[in-house]
Amino acid sequence: MTTQELESGRQVTALRRKDLLGIEDLSSEEITLILDTAEAMKEIGSRPIKKVPALRGKTVVNLFFEPSTRTRTSFEIAEKRLSADTLNIAIASSSVVKGETLVDTALTLEAMSPDMIVLRHQSSGACHLLSRICKSAIINAGDGTHEHPTQALLDAFTIRERKKRLAGLKVAIVGDLLHSRVLRSNLHLLTKMGAETWVCAPPTLVPQEMRRFGVVVTSVVEDAVRDADVVMLLRIQLERMEGAYFSSLREYATVFGMTEERLKLAKPDVMIMHPGPMNRGVEISSEVADGPYSVILDQVANGVAVRMAVLYLLAGGAEHEEAA
Amino acid sequence: MSIVMDADRIGRTLTRIAHEIVERNKGVEDLALVGVRTRGVPIAKRLARAIKEITGDEVPTGALDITLYRDDLMRHAVGPQPVVRRTEVTFSIDDKKILLVDDVLFTGRTTRAALDALIDFGRPKAIQLVVLVDRGHRELPIKADYVGKNIPTALADVVQVRLQEIDGHDEVVLEIGGAA
Repeated sequence: MTTQELESGRQVTALRRKDLLGIEDLSSEEITLILDTAEAMKEIGSRPIKKVPALRGKTVVNLFFEPSTRTRTSFEIAEKRLSADTLNIAIASSSVVKGETLVDTALTLEAMSPDMIVLRHQSSGACHLLSRICKSAIINAGDGTHEHPTQALLDAFTIRERKKRLAGLKVAIVGDLLHSRVLRSNLHLLTKMGAETWVCAPPTLVPQEMRRFGVVVTSVVEDAVRDADVVMLLRIQLERMEGAYFSSLREYATVFGMTEERLKLAKPDVMIMHPGPMNRGVEISSEVADGPYSVILDQVANGVAVRMAVLYLLAGGAEHEEAA
Repeated sequence: MSIVMDADRIGRTLTRIAHEIVERNKGVEDLALVGVRTRGVPIAKRLARAIKEITGDEVPTGALDITLYRDDLMRHAVGPQPVVRRTEVTFSIDDKKILLVDDVLFTGRTTRAALDALIDFGRPKAIQLVVLVDRGHRELPIKADYVGKNIPTALADVVQVRLQEIDGHDEVVLEIGGAA
């Protein structure tokens, strides 16, 4: 989909792309199409028989080079509800431990002609690499610190479900901005959809590129949370904390942790979001995580519907061909 | 292009079908209406209103999107996917007599998909098919129980049902030879 086509004002009714590598390449019309389709998909999860035959005969490989419970399970449930055949490859049990490279692993899988590969990898850009060498559709399930597009889409879906819109909302994102692919995908999405986005972290965890997004950057959590419609917390990624970004977890929790007290500054109908897994008592207190404003479990439930929408829309392929 | 049914005719036809439904089912007990998106949905709602005027009883009404059940969904190796819309069947269809409502009956493939979709919601006592127009050319062994109007057509003709709720006015139009 070119920008010219979009400017002609035609409503987008299909994703004419092979892969979903990031939110950065998507237009706001394509994002809206995915979210609208996800609404239809969500209803399937409430039926007695939670399965439709849409992707019958399609093979989807879930290739996960990093540990993941919720994303992998969510994709797998989404694939099964669409009747695709699924195959899970987790790193610990694969030939990668024997020294095989990503490209060789991908080409080996590709030789068995899957239709789609859902890839989670610790290196930023791994999905772009595979998209160039594979005929299968590549869906990014998180690559390094680059993007995690389906997480941003499910966050947007959850916000839209409650607030009926994204444009004009104040969204405050607090946490580890430096290492977060969820943040990058969310910033692309929220700015494309017209939300007023604030990001907040200790200065050591604020990457230079934040300015590029046109968001408000602050290290005062109260400013970020004040009058916010949505407060999104990002996990302090203990496994990526080799450098000394702040003096202690306790200090982080005291200065930036989301507590009921701080939340009083936000709008009365504020939504609390967290992509999980949570560090309770660090970026979020248990009272907030389990409190009435928390939509953290709705996010998980909506993840399945959003991933069904992405799988369904990408199964059509990239080429434009008139269908009857 | 000729108008084969105008607004009055559509109105009278739906009232007649509503009477037939009540007569054949000896009342409205266990009945429910399910419209096939897009134009089956407003027709189902109109039938529900007509049945209420006759018997005073509300008949539960739902909407079915059959896109994910289409038999041509993955037949095109590449191409844009049809848009999926919401299915809204908020009542249990178990042991109900379901009146499946569509605007035009043609090849029967949409009805086949709708039957599959319905069965995923439970086990109805019976399914009856209501269509405003039957234009022939069936490709599957499917037959309507209630027909508004039989319109003989050539395969290449196009039958268009337009409804107030979606198109702004009521009419059924026949275009010869599919000249768009």
